[in-house]
Amino acid sequence: MTHVSDTVIPYMVKPHPVTGIPNGKLGIWLFLASEVMLFGALFSSYVLIRTGAPHWPPEGGLTSEIVNVPLGTFNTAVLITSSITMVLAWAACKLKNLARARLWLALTIGLALVFLVVKYFEYSHKFELGHFPSHDNFYAIYFTLTGLHGLHIVGGIVVLSYLAGPGAKLWNTDPEHFTNRVENVGLYWHFVDLVWIFLFPSLYLL
Amino acid sequence: MAETLEPQSHSESPEEFKKHLGKYYVVFVALLCLTAITVGVSYLRLARPLAIVLALAIATVKAGLVAAVFMHLIDEKKVIYAVLILTALFFALVLMLPSLTVYEHMTGV
Repeated sequence: MTHVSDTVIPYMVKPHPVTGIPNGKLGIWLFLASEVMLFGALFSSYVLIRTGAPHWPPEGGLTSEIVNVPLGTFNTAVLITSSITMVLAWAACKLKNLARARLWLALTIGLALVFLVVKYFEYSHKFELGHFPSHDNFYAIYFTLTGLHGLHIVGGIVVLSYLAGPGAKLWNTDPEHFTNRVENVGLYWHFVDLVWIFLFPSLYLL
Repeated sequence: MAETLEPQSHSESPEEFKKHLGKYYVVFVALLCLTAITVGVSYLRLARPLAIVLALAIATVKAGLVAAVFMHLIDEKKVIYAVLILTALFFALVLMLPSLTVYEHMTGV
């Protein structure tokens, strides 16, 4: 009788003969495809709300006057930097340097936290002015899109922390499997960066 | 491309692999420059339709760089391209949904 723990999930390291890639990588790409639709539906709602409004933002003036463009720009740079630290963590795994990989993972986590701290200050400033999601359509879509994106950052921090911390033990028994995990979380992380690349001009500059 | 080139993961020695790292830094700098450009352009206060087209064009270039280089899409297996083509099709459809409301409005339905 076999236990669940004895069952080896096939093709986690070696490429599957049909797809040519390990199953985990196909899985993360299918997940990202669903994420495209999640953010796509909300982005589409934004287009609908915006094109239907007589003025945008609804209170008049310019979007750049009610958001903090320098902070948004800073956060964009932070996420771009976290994308390169992420890819360097994977590259360090490829070069068989676990200590270096964990350092890059830690830096990625640090940058993700910086992003969230900046977002916290942006949110609290809006709350102080009484600008909650219910204030008008701009704040409704602003908080929905940036909030969902922020949750993705939090999710990324959890997985990255696992890989940099206890999850790194896998390196001792199966370094290739660990490298694939870093690659897969990297794909997710770059996607979160990619979403922000569209959110930033849409919500801050236009 | 996916059929002719072996992915770097299986065919290269660490020395060869290191040579590829430079492109990540190039893309990193390009992304920062494009961010600066898009913010700079926003201060020009261009007419809104032009500003929207310009900002989204720059964002698309940035997203393309991230996807092609950081996510290695420039050299990927067919199955991933297949998934992404399908996704792009549905993404385009969902983005075009709001245009239905314009049609209703125009015809008065």
